[in-house]
Amino acid sequence: MNIVVCVKFVPDAAADRHFEADSTVDRVGVDGLLSELDEYAVEQALQIKETLADDSTVTVLTVGPEQAANAVRKALQMGADKGVHVVDDAIAGSDALATSLVLAKTLERLGSESAWDLVVCGMASTDGSMGVVPSMLSERLGVPGLTLGSEITVERDTVRIRRDGDVATETVEGRLPLVLSVTDQSGEARYPSFKGIMAAKKKPVETWSLADIGVDADQVGLSSAWTTVQDTTARPPRTAGEIVTDEDGSGAKALVDFLAAQKFI
Amino acid sequence: MSEVLVLVDHVEGHVTKATTELLSIARRLGEPSAVLIGGSEEVASAAESLRKYGAAKIYTVDDADTKDYLVAPQAEVLAQLVAKTSPAAVLIVSGGQGKEIAGRLAVKTGSGLLTDAVDVQVADGAPVTTQSVFAGSYTVQATVTRGTPIITVKPNSATPEEAEAAGTQEVVEASVPDTARTAKVTASEPRQASGRPDLTGAAIVVSGGRGTGGDFEPVEQFADSLGAAVGASRAAVDSGWYPHSFQVGQTGKTVSPQLYVASGISGAIQHRAGMQTSKTIVAVNKDDEAPIFELVDFGVVGDLHAVLPAATEQVNQRKG
Repeated sequence: MNIVVCVKFVPDAAADRHFEADSTVDRVGVDGLLSELDEYAVEQALQIKETLADDSTVTVLTVGPEQAANAVRKALQMGADKGVHVVDDAIAGSDALATSLVLAKTLERLGSESAWDLVVCGMASTDGSMGVVPSMLSERLGVPGLTLGSEITVERDTVRIRRDGDVATETVEGRLPLVLSVTDQSGEARYPSFKGIMAAKKKPVETWSLADIGVDADQVGLSSAWTTVQDTTARPPRTAGEIVTDEDGSGAKALVDFLAAQKFI
Repeated sequence: MSEVLVLVDHVEGHVTKATTELLSIARRLGEPSAVLIGGSEEVASAAESLRKYGAAKIYTVDDADTKDYLVAPQAEVLAQLVAKTSPAAVLIVSGGQGKEIAGRLAVKTGSGLLTDAVDVQVADGAPVTTQSVFAGSYTVQATVTRGTPIITVKPNSATPEEAEAAGTQEVVEASVPDTARTAKVTASEPRQASGRPDLTGAAIVVSGGRGTGGDFEPVEQFADSLGAAVGASRAAVDSGWYPHSFQVGQTGKTVSPQLYVASGISGAIQHRAGMQTSKTIVAVNKDDEAPIFELVDFGVVGDLHAVLPAATEQVNQRKG
């Protein structure tokens, strides 16, 4: 089975994330990493390959600036076989529609070289966190979209997921080829082993531009985005509150007094 | 006045509060048209509250033939209605399902998509959304520049206002191609009702984390004394102590209640992403260096297993 995992290089959530003057996310001045939620996608792809125990391959695909190669490398260290990095200055500032277009076109090119069976995505990025790219990809590629899977099984050409909705837990299935997105409930992602880190250095990574995948520069990027961020405002820090230390029940009394004063009781 | 399409979120014909909020928002942008996908009994029971909250039109679409398929048929129906009505905007409740419908609709109609709005206002005749991003540390204002604005709105982003309208029903015969019937729901197990307020809509939320050690009883009892919903941190959910549908944080629910009580929760960035915009924040934690204390209006350094039961008793006494 040919599996492609789409991953994103994002600013570290623990760092001081901020916007540039043009209201795009600063992706260069803040330390970045493979989006935590995409690690689950890599993990599931690897598990499917390991379960099949055949000549399946896992290709990791990212779209992003030069530094995004680090996200590809991390996935290769975890065990993916090869990488594709689409990098082009014209992509900067793309919104979800443009990102899904670039991914779909890249998958088309990959498919023309060797047909893929399964595209795996994380449930959302940890920066934009819209969670819409997997569905957009499914729509653009014209294949089934099995989304927000928390338990994944593959049986011949059928993929089955458990999907935990607000009102029900559903079982959803579809036939390959298809797009799958997985949640952080799908199973902890592995850490790269020393062997994996060494092996990753020899794994092939292709770098493609927009021209390589047949996308015009004016279809993507900030100037042709379908949406515009008009303004960004840092939330003012919360003013320090009152902290008390509980001694022999004093904490509960102080807490209840506070809640009563604020009219919550 | 242009129509504004509102996709009705309903559970067996019971219209969710979030939908009535969308109808109120839709009235700022134009004339609300509800899009009601369901069976005939569901349509009958939903129509009344849609009228009451301002739906001038109700497009009804029978889903007998498509309801076993995930999101794609709904997106197809909406795309056909967008082509037919050229609406000023399409509003959908923000949630896993709603955002996926919206994403597909955006591709189908070549339209800009804004998700997770916490407010929608009008400027120069077009919708402007407010979103809370980067774990609640920034707010952004955004507009759609191409196509029909497609906006998903979080629950609790507006106060539902009653505004009796005609609610004229129009049956729509949507044709859903086989390509939209590919991800099939083969089994569905309804979630057990907890008897407590809905987490995303509750005025008060009491959450428990690692510090509960797996014992949520003090958290639940304190919540019940305040009439609150119960939430859980990812650590508690990952440990199997509380169901995932109650998780507050980046990969769970985002809540913005009047009062949020974090008990035994350290306050990692992933948790903060789900509760940072709460009006008043209270924490109980044994560790006086837990980052949650940087956020609080009031904090108790102490063991939740002692503090919460005592507080529960006192709240019940004061109410008594």
